[in-house]
Amino acid sequence: MSLYFQKVNLWKVMIWFTGALVALVLLLPVVYLLLRASEAGEAIWDILFSLRTARVLLKTVYLAASVTLGSALVAVPIAWLTVRTDLPMRRVWAILTTLPLVVPSYVGAYLFISVLGPRGILQQWLEPLGVQQLPKLYGFPGAFLVLTLLSYPYILTSTRASLMRMNPALEEASRNLGNGPWMTFWRVTLPQLRPGLAAGGLLVTLYVLRDFGAVSFMRYSTFTRVLYIQYQSSFDRTGAAVLALVLTLLTAFVLLIEIRTRGRASYYGGHVGAVGHPMQIQLGFWRWPSLLLCSIVVVLSLILPASILLYWFFRSLKLTMAFPSLWISAWNSVLASGLASGLVLLAAIPVSWLSVRQKGRMAMLLERISYSAFALPGMVVALAMVFFGANYANPIYQTLYLLLFGYLIMFLPQAVGALRTSFLQISPSIEQAARTLGKGPLKVFSTITVPVAWPGIAAGTVMVFLTVMKELPITLIVGPLGFRTLATSIWSAVEEAMFGAAAAPALLLILLSSVPMALLILRERFYIR
Amino acid sequence: MTDIAVRCEGLVKTFAQAGAVNGLSLNVEKGEILALIGPSGCGKTTLLRLITGVSKPDDGLIEVGGKVMVSSEEFVPPESRRVGMVFQNYALFPHLTVAENVAYGLHGTSREDQVNAMLQLVGLGGYADRMPHELSGGEQQRVALARAMGPRPDVLLLDEPFSNLDSSQRVHVRNEVRAILRMSGATAIFVTHHQEEALFMGDRIAVQHQGCIEQMGSPGDVFGNPATRFVATFMGETDFLPGEVTTEGVQTEIGLLQSTNPVTVGDQVEVAVRADDVRIAPDPTSGAIVLTREYRGMVNVYRVRLPSGRFIHSLQRHTVRIAPATPVRVVMDPGHELACFINSD
Repeated sequence: MSLYFQKVNLWKVMIWFTGALVALVLLLPVVYLLLRASEAGEAIWDILFSLRTARVLLKTVYLAASVTLGSALVAVPIAWLTVRTDLPMRRVWAILTTLPLVVPSYVGAYLFISVLGPRGILQQWLEPLGVQQLPKLYGFPGAFLVLTLLSYPYILTSTRASLMRMNPALEEASRNLGNGPWMTFWRVTLPQLRPGLAAGGLLVTLYVLRDFGAVSFMRYSTFTRVLYIQYQSSFDRTGAAVLALVLTLLTAFVLLIEIRTRGRASYYGGHVGAVGHPMQIQLGFWRWPSLLLCSIVVVLSLILPASILLYWFFRSLKLTMAFPSLWISAWNSVLASGLASGLVLLAAIPVSWLSVRQKGRMAMLLERISYSAFALPGMVVALAMVFFGANYANPIYQTLYLLLFGYLIMFLPQAVGALRTSFLQISPSIEQAARTLGKGPLKVFSTITVPVAWPGIAAGTVMVFLTVMKELPITLIVGPLGFRTLATSIWSAVEEAMFGAAAAPALLLILLSSVPMALLILRERFYIR
Repeated sequence: MTDIAVRCEGLVKTFAQAGAVNGLSLNVEKGEILALIGPSGCGKTTLLRLITGVSKPDDGLIEVGGKVMVSSEEFVPPESRRVGMVFQNYALFPHLTVAENVAYGLHGTSREDQVNAMLQLVGLGGYADRMPHELSGGEQQRVALARAMGPRPDVLLLDEPFSNLDSSQRVHVRNEVRAILRMSGATAIFVTHHQEEALFMGDRIAVQHQGCIEQMGSPGDVFGNPATRFVATFMGETDFLPGEVTTEGVQTEIGLLQSTNPVTVGDQVEVAVRADDVRIAPDPTSGAIVLTREYRGMVNVYRVRLPSGRFIHSLQRHTVRIAPATPVRVVMDPGHELACFINSD
């Protein structure tokens, strides 16, 4: 046997081994929950079909559907106004309405509670005027309000993208065939938008299903909140495992629809021939109501939360705030996120490379597994980690290692997605060319593949870093005792209604999350011009 | 005896879809340009991938520069084969400058000199510090050529290298590439599906069809003396006229034609007739009728229906003008013998 076979085998064995290891790690939570749930035996059906399970399911689905619908109603008009009309300052509105994405849901919920809640600012101001009680915020109204205001940008972005990609000739043809602007919108534009709209809407649905922070602060019992309460009180592991599996199935179901829609959306987006400039619609008098709509949305989703946050921040400065603990939490956040994003990157490179360059069933299976971890809400990963750690991995239970392990499972799909995109953009002939120029596979990977993919790899890693920093349920439940990060500082301060103490970490968190957002916006401007 | 640069024997690579190679054998002599031509899906690209080593054959033998690259016991990886490749999309490394691209395959202290020499050869002396995306298609093409030729490979493979250029650049670039290959004395396999390009580029031409080489020979040979019906069709627009072999030649409905191929008297055959072999002249008594006239600039191509209902094409100078529906006399004036094939029907 020639030397070649030994060399290639080593390279292949190495990369397949890493890939398989990653897949095993990803499957761990679901497998563990299945084992746990099966311990219930016959009782599993009682839990599954109990009135309580039905109620949680109903409340979760109701909230997800309402938020998705609400977000669409906010997002579609704004998308259309900012892309297709002569609305004044279109670009500014487009940027401002995307910004709420950087606010973690628990921060949003905290800010609204601190103003509209029973002990909030508004109540204090109105009390002298004889107002004893504000309309109830806790429960559905609060959760709906906060989640809609923070997640509508998902639909906005996808709808704007479909509008921009749309072939203007279609609308022109419709006008040419005798349809007025309204008829054209209903009969041509809207059907074209449907896939993009659906894709954005499903992202919002997933956001709500996975959300833990906002529903907990708003005391609205969706799956994640119920799971947390069960974990804290009774430690009824079997019951929790069953509920967690139901939630996972629900998100997996939505995710499946999302995958199918996304495929179609890109199909619809494609068109041949030169892209003309679409007709711009003159708003005339309608510009005023349009501006009002945009202003209301921006005030509610951005300016109001930002002002409240600054208000609390400056008020907390006057109090004797424990700033040293702020720096410790900030350092802990950076440490955990840095280690996690490095680990995730190391695991994501072999998986994404295999799935792009290798054909065959194994590579496809690996990619499917890494993608299916998207269906795992953070709360489910957190519970699986804790149960697993306490029983089978005692040496790392209550340590940073277990936390990093949880982050790896949670954020690997995101990193694999980003890396796949950048590997896919590299034509295989570039790697083949390097081979014919006398370089072995490892050398080609390090001198060609990775350097060419580097911008995508770097962007993906930064995104993971910042998402880990905002992550709440895993950090809260799996993190070692006394391990305070920015996210958990906000959580515990708000739990005790110390709104001032939550302001500084929240501000820091939002500022850090704004960095990639700013880069994205700058890049979009750069490319469009 | 001439030196053989590349020898392929009995290559087999099976695919579910098109592009399989099916017992293919091929020799390329040192210093020659072999133009490999065939319709898409005939396995041309597969053959190149097998020679470079990015793909492994199911069976067969490949030798490059007298050394075995692939056999039942041996498989040399692409980086050790001394086979250069110019890709259809050029495959320049986007993160490296022109000079760094060319230097990628080079070693040793004289690397910089070699890079400069290669860039001079392809006429890109002042381009060393440019990035690939700053170059035109033709310039990228020449960088790809310089990069592939840099390590002085035993054979250079070019996979449809002109297909990404627009037609105005094509003729110019292919003249340049041919001159560069000639100047350096390189051995090359040039793949195309464009017959005119193959006739121009190749010292020899190999026609590939359904995973096999159907004919290999000089351009004049392959064009004038097609070995199979497929080669006749593929290398030029050809009509086939049925006839019977007699002692004087092949008797067809437009007269007696001379055949190149050895046939026996009494055989039913089809004669390959190209439009430039056919002359037509108005003749009210003839049963053949002009159906359409196709303008092609300097020449016109007439489609004529023969009395039997068969169609035949005739190439005429643009000054000859015959209106459609005119009855014409059809005369064969090849000035050479014609290929004919045993009628399979």
